[in-house]
Parts: sequence; C-alpha cells; structure tokens
Amino acid sequence: MKALNRNQILLLSKINENSESTITSLLTKLSNELDIPLSTLKFNAKILKSLNLIEFKQNDKARIVCLSEAGKFILNIVNLQFNENYLSIIKNLSEAKLIFPSISQSRTFLEEPLLNNLKAIASRIRENVVRMISEAGSGHLGASLSIIDILVVLYFLKIKHDPKNPSWSERDRVILSKGHAAPALYAVLAECGYFPTSLLSSLRRIDSFLQGHPEVYIPGIDMVSGSLGQGLSIANGMALSFRLNGKNNRVYVIMGDGELNEGQVWEAALTSSHLMLDNITVIIDRNGFQQEGSTENIKRLEPLAEKWKAFGWHAIEIDGHDLNQIIAALNEAELTKGYPTVIIAHTIKGFQQNY
Amino acid sequence: MKSIREEFGKVLTSLGAKYSNLVVLDADCGSHTKSKNFSQKYPERFFNIGISEQDLVGIAAGLAACGKIPIVSCYSMFLMRAWEQIRNTIGRANLNVKLIATHAGASPHADGSSHQCFEDLSIMRVIPNMTVIAPADSKSMALLLEEAIDLNGPIYMRLGRDEVHDVYDSNPHLEIGKANTIVDGSDVSIIASGVLVYEALTASQMLKRDGVSASVIDLHTIKPIDTNIIVNESRKTGALVTAEEHSVIGGLGSSVSEIVVSEYPVPVEMVGVKNRFGESSLSYRELLLKLGLTASSIYHAARRVLLRKR
Repeated sequence: MKALNRNQILLLSKINENSESTITSLLTKLSNELDIPLSTLKFNAKILKSLNLIEFKQNDKARIVCLSEAGKFILNIVNLQFNENYLSIIKNLSEAKLIFPSISQSRTFLEEPLLNNLKAIASRIRENVVRMISEAGSGHLGASLSIIDILVVLYFLKIKHDPKNPSWSERDRVILSKGHAAPALYAVLAECGYFPTSLLSSLRRIDSFLQGHPEVYIPGIDMVSGSLGQGLSIANGMALSFRLNGKNNRVYVIMGDGELNEGQVWEAALTSSHLMLDNITVIIDRNGFQQEGSTENIKRLEPLAEKWKAFGWHAIEIDGHDLNQIIAALNEAELTKGYPTVIIAHTIKGFQQNY
Repeated sequence: MKSIREEFGKVLTSLGAKYSNLVVLDADCGSHTKSKNFSQKYPERFFNIGISEQDLVGIAAGLAACGKIPIVSCYSMFLMRAWEQIRNTIGRANLNVKLIATHAGASPHADGSSHQCFEDLSIMRVIPNMTVIAPADSKSMALLLEEAIDLNGPIYMRLGRDEVHDVYDSNPHLEIGKANTIVDGSDVSIIASGVLVYEALTASQMLKRDGVSASVIDLHTIKPIDTNIIVNESRKTGALVTAEEHSVIGGLGSSVSEIVVSEYPVPVEMVGVKNRFGESSLSYRELLLKLGLTASSIYHAARRVLLRKR
C-alpha cells in the first residue's frame, strides 16, 4: 500500500479499467496521456509482475494484461473501499462450500469480544504482510494471506508457547512446511512478541534475520523449511520424541495443497498413522492453487479427504477463514486418539477478511 | 579380517547402554546394516521406518530437534536419495543427527552398480556443518562412532559391508578432524581412508623393498580436513598419493588437492574410481582389483608421483 509507489498504484487501477489491452499498448497510451517516461512505467510494471499483482492471459488475438486476485485485493485496500470485486471473492467462498459439501457448518464457539479481538489481530497481521512483501519486492503474498486466520487461532488460542522463552522445552511445536508463507508466520510471531514488529521490514534484506524462508535462529521458529514436502516427516520425529519422553505436547504442521504433489508427504503420512501419532495435527491450506495454476489441473488431489482417510488419518474439512471452525477442528484433533488428524482448511489465496 | 557391519551392530548396542537418549532408525534393512542387534536389546528405542529414506531423514531431524541422538542406519547409496533432505533440514538447522551409511564403496560387490556408492563423500562434504568420516577398520569405527555421538552436530560416517582388514591392533588414539600417521616416511606420502588404508600399508611395504620410504596417513575425517598434516607431508616428502574407495571426483583426493594447491603445491596422484559405475562380482577383492583400488595401484601411483617430484 504505502510501499507501492504512485506509479504502481496508477498502473494497478489503469490495468483494472482497461481489461482488453496488451501491456505494451497500455503503457504507451499512459505514457503519452500522462507524460510519464515509458521506461518508468515499464520498470514499475515489472515490479508489479514480480509481486504477482498482475498477470497475462491469452485471448484469440493477443496477450492481454489484467490484475491477479492479489492485485485486485491490493487495489481494494488502496482505494479503501470494499467494492464489488471484493464481494465477488466472498461469493467464491460460498461457492467453495457448494463444491465441498463436507465442510463443517460454522459453530458459534468463541465469545463475541474474543472473536472481535482475534479478527482485529488478523487484520493487523494482513496489513503487515502486505507491507513486508511489497517492501521486500518479492515474496508469496497469496499463499501468506490464506493461512493468517489459521495461524492467529493457533498462536493466540491453541498452542502452548512462551514468546519470552522461545526455546521453552514444554512448548508445542509448529512446522510451517509451506515455508514460502514465512511472511505470515513472521508477522504472527512479531504480534505475539517474539521480536519487535519494526523488524518485519527487514524481510529478505542482506544481513537481516528475517530470511525468505524460515530459519531456526529466528525466535519462535521451530524448524527450517522452504523445500516442500518435508515438514510432516520432521513432525513424526518430534511426536515420537514426545511420546518416548511421556510428554503430551502437540506438533502442528501447516502444509500447502500444492505441496501434496511431493511423494515424501505420503511416506510420512503412512508413518504417522502406522505409529498412531495422535499428537500430530496437519493443517492443509486448501487454497486450490499452486505456482502454475489450479491444483486440480496440474496433479489432481480430490477426493483429498478420502485419500487421507485411506492413509489412516482422521480428516476434518473446514472453512479456513472461519475462526470458530478453525478452533473447533483443532480441539477435535486434540481429542482424537489413536489417529493423527488432518484439517483440510478451504481458503482463498490472497484472502482479506472483511472485519 | 572382520565384518565391519557385524562390529557396527555390536558397538551400537553397547553405546545404547551408555546413552539413554540414543535412538536408532533404519529403512527396513536392520538385518543387513546390523542395527537389528540394537533393536533386540532396546526395542523401544528402535524404529524401522520402512523403505522411505526421505521420511527417515526427516524423522531423525525431528527427534534431534527434541533432544534425542538419532542414529540413522542405511545403505549409503539409498541414503543419498535423501540428500536434499539432509542438506535442507539437518545441514541448515545443524541438527545432531548421526548418519551411518553402510555398504559403501564397492562392498556390496555382488549387487552391482545400483548398490555400489562412489559418490557419497563428494556430495556429503559439500554440505555446510556436516562432518564426514570414513574409518579404516572396525576398531577405528568403534572409537570414532563414540566420539561422533559426543560431538554435537551432524555426522556422516561411511562403512563397508563385510571384509575389512584390521589396520589397528592396539587401541589407537584417534580424534575426529585429526589425521593419524601410521607410518612416518620421507620420500612420498600416501593419504588414504577406509579400506584403502590397509592397501596403503601394503603398498608402503612394497615401496620399502625398492628403497622408497613412504608415509601412510589415515585421513579418517574427510571434513573438517586436517590441513596441518597435509601441508607438513607436502613440505616433507614433496609428493602425495591419495587413495579412496570412492570416485576421484570430489572425494578424499579432491579434498587433499584443494589444500595442496592453495597451501603448498606438490604433485598428487589419485587412486580411486575413475568416473565410472561399479559392476557385479563374486568377490569383493575381484571388484577392488578391477577398479584399481589395491596396494598395487597405490604402489604404481607412488612410482609415478616420484618421477614427477621436483
């Protein structure tokens, strides 16, 4: 927002208005109309592309430029208005519920003041994440935004942890197996007090400690990640260790849905159910997209819950932006004995809650 | 001659008594790697993870992150399929995992090229934080394994399968990171690891008959490498031969040469596997001969390097 410059914001809104132009013709037109050098516009368009805020699609004649979901979302924040585009995102979520009828019904669980407090925290974290990624000039915005509600419920409601003592041995463990959503986790950790919020702007900079993907020397990070598909195996080892020591700590793994393409996930899923590691909860951020497109077009995952069940897991499907459903599912996972639990959280890539 | 894997199983079991937080993981090869010996004594601290090496490495990382000392026992070749997991989790987080790779080099002779591993030293030593060890015999394996458990951090140790000649009769003083001089010579230095140390000793006897005095150095720790001993030998004899049951690309010979070229350039001849895969043979010896991994190859390499000596 503030970190996007005036030209970038201008480009976002012009691209939104001109839905049928190629990037070259649009930039040339703007350059002439507004007397801005073409090279300046090109440079800023490149930045928008690298932030995945704009994308290209082929029609029968040319390659036309348009806003990505994340781009639309940013533009909405910039305009400080929740217009029709935003409402259409909300509509998509209700469509998702039609496609996945097993999504459990929202249950009122959290008291109103607490719920509002959590929503305000999530909102603040979203703002921070957008700012971090745009300041860094790169990062996975959509994939970070989709897991924020889950992380907020985990860190502010569910897990045993102590931000003043990050290496407290009695803490529960969280592994962000989809390490590219690190900005979301960093913003949540800062909000918890593991380190000052002011450090968030150091993301991806030289000599800073907020690396592009999680490193163990960052307070609050329990395990390195960044290479997909490895978190559940590590969780198996942690869960085994807790069992050997007679401890009841829990291990949470946050995975992407695209990540499920990795074979190691399924090796690990067999191990957890075989060893009956019911102290593991996997949360799948089911936003439906991986880098190059829809998960169902690239390597079909559905019926996903059935796959996990066939691997010996207890599977729950929820709306991953409904705080009530998230906490209910996490509690259900903890109460489930003899089986590890997977929570398939249906989310929207680039989601911004209307609080 | 002893079977090094049998000895490994016994040593592991005795270490199990001393270290209560030691756990052993295997990828369905316990009866081959001999980690089964441990599992019979400590079934609650042994996990057969199944034929899934990537998961195996991840589980070890998780155990180490929670304070256990996991020993991963696995065929060296098949542990390499988890290289990226080793690099990205155990290496990056500097976790206290001990990777014990059995059936290294040509030792699974009958199985052929799919099982024979001549690449591991190269791709393990390139990982930051990783210590890489190749013991010469059962006795040094036992000593170095216990030291490895006391050392906090990731360790890769490669072992052969069966026939390994004894190099050490009494209890030697071995320290991870410090090469051991077995014979002190003045004309040429043979720097070897693993089963090639025994071959180097035989070669030094052959050279002695020619009136050539050869040092024999057991470079059991490939990384961190003992720079001092390599520089001292280069200064003293001015001619080096390296010998390893591994590819000459990236292994012990390369490691020694990296020191020599930057610290004290002298001619080096490398004995090792020359950019090829292994093959099946009825006996281990037969394959070592075919691959040029014997005393006679070391002897000839020493003669060549002496001619190149300035």
